[in-house]
Amino acid sequence: MSVSEERLSPASFEQLALPLFGRLYNFAHWLAQNREEAEDLVQETYVKALKGFSSFEAGTNFKAWMFRILRNTFLNSRTGLKAASVQLELSDDDPSLPVEHQTPETILIDRSSEQIVQEAIADLAVPYREVLLLCEVEEMSYQEIATALAIPVGTVMSRLARARRALRDAVRQRLQRVSP
Amino acid sequence: MRRDMSERVGHEAYLGKLDAYLDGELNTEQTRELDEHLRGCSECTAEVLVRVQWKRATRLAGQRFSPDAMFRERIQKRISPGKPFWWHWRPALALATAALLLLVSAQVINRQMVGDKVRLAQASKLNGELADLHVATLASVNPVDVVSTDRHNVKPWFAGKIPFTFDLPDLTGTPFELVGGKVSYLDQSPGAHLLFRVRKHQISMFIFQAKDQPVDFARAQEANAQSFHLESWQQNGLQYFVISDVAPEDLRLLENLFRK
Repeated sequence: MSVSEERLSPASFEQLALPLFGRLYNFAHWLAQNREEAEDLVQETYVKALKGFSSFEAGTNFKAWMFRILRNTFLNSRTGLKAASVQLELSDDDPSLPVEHQTPETILIDRSSEQIVQEAIADLAVPYREVLLLCEVEEMSYQEIATALAIPVGTVMSRLARARRALRDAVRQRLQRVSP
Repeated sequence: MRRDMSERVGHEAYLGKLDAYLDGELNTEQTRELDEHLRGCSECTAEVLVRVQWKRATRLAGQRFSPDAMFRERIQKRISPGKPFWWHWRPALALATAALLLLVSAQVINRQMVGDKVRLAQASKLNGELADLHVATLASVNPVDVVSTDRHNVKPWFAGKIPFTFDLPDLTGTPFELVGGKVSYLDQSPGAHLLFRVRKHQISMFIFQAKDQPVDFARAQEANAQSFHLESWQQNGLQYFVISDVAPEDLRLLENLFRK
């Protein structure tokens, strides 16, 4: 979703930004964990983006730009500041992780387990939650995620690997608790 | 043993690339290599299947929250480019435009109706005047000023008396007989008044210079159904009227003779 220079008029902002509305809201709700705050985040994101649209760098990724504004807005919110204070267990920049071996029978995820997966995502630390959602839900490339989160691509990869592992562990624990 | 070890290291390396493979982040060469490895490695293939399931489960679970329509509308209003001042008055403007159009249409229709009425009144008046001229002619001891059945006598008689000339057809072999002619005035304009006989009836023919607006005698006739029959037509810049108590067919026959 890159934008050419001639399309950088205020009138085209609505055309570009509105299709992202549902996606931005979903991401905001995952970050803020409540409806009112998510709405505030999205509204503020659109206002900021509209103001800064003239300075948007033509030819770069508009979607990643919008998500970056949203994420920065969140980090400056009360919930975001609280989330940022949570320290990640491992060094974020180390992409090398021990290879994980799984057995297929332990992760039979179906629609009935969707709520469990949702709870597990919600429980992830914000840096893991956001990278996982941008990759799996928004289907952004590592580079786009790096742009949206303002982190290096290597960090995206390592954080993503940890996020996936954390999610699987959390889901497994929950499944074990509910199964007899 | 050494070969097994090196294969194991290679396998571990491929295993470490599975996420990037499934995320579409490997280049073409890396993807081809991994595809090749997967064809021969059941462990990695099973792992790919598991991770695909996880990706799918995460995607489904992650699409959880939807904004409500009112919020969407609020944002849309907020980011819409500034509309001209009249934009918010569109419904009122549409109504006003419709009302204006209605008013103009009503006036046009009204004018047309008034125009129609005026023209009908003019035609009725003309019809009445022509009928009066015809009746006065019939009642007169000297109905015509030039008495002749010969068209070559009658037509030249009008020269210098009226500001135009006209053709008089040869009536030989027709039921019509020329009686003669005189000058008559309509709306202060001089014209030729010819008198014909058909069987025992008299027909007055009036020829004047045509006006711009053709006279709607059909409706005037409807309005004066009890009066004489009258036919009218324009030809070569002249307005012809024929009026009589004969059948309309006779008048049209005479008209056809003049039109030839």
